[in-house]
Amino acid sequence: MLKSLGRCTRLLMHGCLPAALIVSTGAMRPGGGAPSETSRRVLLRDYEAAVSARRVIPAFARKYNLPCSACHTVWPELSAFGQSFKDNGYQLGNDRDSPIWQSNTYWPIAMRTTPQWHLESTTHQITDAAPGGKTITQVGFDLSGVDFLLLGTLYKDITFGLVPTLDADGTTGLEAAFVRFDNLGHSPWANVKVGKFELDNLLSEKRFTWLSANGGFLYAYHYLPVGSANNFGFGDNQIGVEFSGHSINSYTRYSVSLLTTDDGEPGVPGGKSMDAMFTLSRAFALGSGLGPQRFGVFGYLGHRPTAFETSGGNPIPGTGSANMSFVRFGATAQLWLGNLELIPLVSHASDDVALGGGTQKPAWNTALLETHYIATPQLMIQGRYELLRMSKQGDPAIPKTTGNADAIALGVRVYPFLFSRDGMAIHGEFAMTRTIGTVPLSGDGSGVDPATQTTAVWSRSLLLAFDFAF
Amino acid sequence: MRPHSRLLALLSGLGLLLGGPAVARAQESHVGAITGHAVRGQQLYRRYCVGCHGKAGDGLGENAMWIDPKPRDFTAAVFKCRSTPTGALPTDEDLFNSVTRGFVTTNMPPWRPLTPQNRADVVAYIKTFSARWKTARPVTPITIPPEPAVNIASILHGRELFQRLECWKCHGPAGHGDGPSAHELTDSKENPIRPYNFETGSRFMCGTTNQDLYRIFMTGLDGSPMPSFADQVRPAEAWDLVHFLRTLQTLDTPEAALWKQWLATHAGELKPIGPEGGQQ
Repeated sequence: MLKSLGRCTRLLMHGCLPAALIVSTGAMRPGGGAPSETSRRVLLRDYEAAVSARRVIPAFARKYNLPCSACHTVWPELSAFGQSFKDNGYQLGNDRDSPIWQSNTYWPIAMRTTPQWHLESTTHQITDAAPGGKTITQVGFDLSGVDFLLLGTLYKDITFGLVPTLDADGTTGLEAAFVRFDNLGHSPWANVKVGKFELDNLLSEKRFTWLSANGGFLYAYHYLPVGSANNFGFGDNQIGVEFSGHSINSYTRYSVSLLTTDDGEPGVPGGKSMDAMFTLSRAFALGSGLGPQRFGVFGYLGHRPTAFETSGGNPIPGTGSANMSFVRFGATAQLWLGNLELIPLVSHASDDVALGGGTQKPAWNTALLETHYIATPQLMIQGRYELLRMSKQGDPAIPKTTGNADAIALGVRVYPFLFSRDGMAIHGEFAMTRTIGTVPLSGDGSGVDPATQTTAVWSRSLLLAFDFAF
Repeated sequence: MRPHSRLLALLSGLGLLLGGPAVARAQESHVGAITGHAVRGQQLYRRYCVGCHGKAGDGLGENAMWIDPKPRDFTAAVFKCRSTPTGALPTDEDLFNSVTRGFVTTNMPPWRPLTPQNRADVVAYIKTFSARWKTARPVTPITIPPEPAVNIASILHGRELFQRLECWKCHGPAGHGDGPSAHELTDSKENPIRPYNFETGSRFMCGTTNQDLYRIFMTGLDGSPMPSFADQVRPAEAWDLVHFLRTLQTLDTPEAALWKQWLATHAGELKPIGPEGGQQ
């Protein structure tokens, strides 16, 4: 386990699956209980893959001869134009979207990686020499994984996406693989996507401008309480089908998804039930900001099996039953004051008793405010504060504050050149997390929970990186 | 460089850095109730437009060499899509509509996701690239009379005009953009240009509606070989031409339906369009 966690700490850009959760929960183990080494590895791999592939796709810039800044406020975050481009199946709508318009030598592939120096420091980490806990600091030059981003049009209104990933330690993964049919019946309101893909999150972790271990993920998208047998994360790509639609300028958008209950794990290892998600957002052309003012809501109703058919005592994949439900819902916005972008998000989450590892339904709330000041398309200063508060533990014996988190991140991204073929950002970031009774989601330090469930653990990340995509 | 020259250069450089070009400060656009500001538009232009149209607005952006048709040269202040007569500057709304709509079968996409304010700001900045916007007198848009009802006589008369005005020489007898002159055409910058193929798509260079089509040949597409026919056809005739051109498209239009019905029994009465052609 600690070997896995050690690997986790090396994958700085990716962040890592909540080590504390892997350690302390029975996630995805039928019937709960201590997780197996296999399930830990699966969860860790899923999480790394889920948060590693940050989407910026210079292949599109090359295809359409547009600078990065056309589709990105600063890459990888999408602008309103980029969102519309994506919603339209990665098509501009100038009747030159079909591959027949492209040179035969055009290849829809982009790659992204991030050489970096970083420092991680986490308090109250239990070691062999310090069973009471000590501060663990790790520092050095490092590498992120490599994302291979293959997305393009197969034909007019038929799109594909394929995102293999290669972690810095050589582990490979398949982050996304889908085919998408757009403008069914010549209507932008009817599009369908099948495969593995990112959920339609308005605040996208795949187009995140945060890279550090503590800053590179949202608690709102990944947190699971102590004792949870759930494995769901909003930030994880899921497998299923998504129906979506949008107005001609994408100011009004909706999506409804039906997803397997496996948190993006192929091979249908879970049960036969389905998860469902919906999103709805509306933008208004108000003010003179860099984009419209958008407001949105989202909701997710999921299930996880709690019993399996077994063979030799081992669960048989795909035979899960006794599904128990969980819900996530929230609201978010994207607001512009000139070049200042404000992204608030609030959410509520609760799991069934059987998923909570106790005698009552665990429930928690999150709130965050992310701000970007886009001084120019080549300079962005950003900040984020996020809090998570448990409102009820699954096990009443666990202190109510256990799992509470406060996370703050500050950063700057400088793009030395603005180009329509590739991109590079000089990235500086400081992120700090305070968690109660658990190791932070970054999993840094020794990756284990503190000695008591009321201990406040501080984890800090400092990152200087060259983030480039070609 | 002499010392005082260096000082002057330094001061003017500082002036540009601190205040931006004076012309950018002064220029505005007016689209409905929206006032666009060039200073704001400059930022947006550099974000969205500079790759093709170039920092100086001369159509020589870094991608220009890869693009066909070539990006518009704003310093020439010659625009295809206008509501104003040929040779005149377009209205702010014309430019705004062009930015919004994009140009079909070119690299210029529809910029509809940008807010109307953003698009108006970009228009204001585009107008800073030529002094014509300061010196030329505003011109009133042409008047488009109400469209008469479609009937077979109107379509047949439009067909006759298509022959008589020699539209077929560029657009081809069937409107496929393959007329005998098609391969010789160049724009005002001597770049090769292809005539519109009515068989492809539902959109024209400057819009999608019958009114847009009427406007195209009554104003011409300045900078291209497509002239204005305002002096050669009366408004009613222009509508006839619109009705006929609609039959050349592979769309389910009222004109096409009527034309198909008529052709079923009268096709033999038509003379071919082209050098040996004539009226029905």
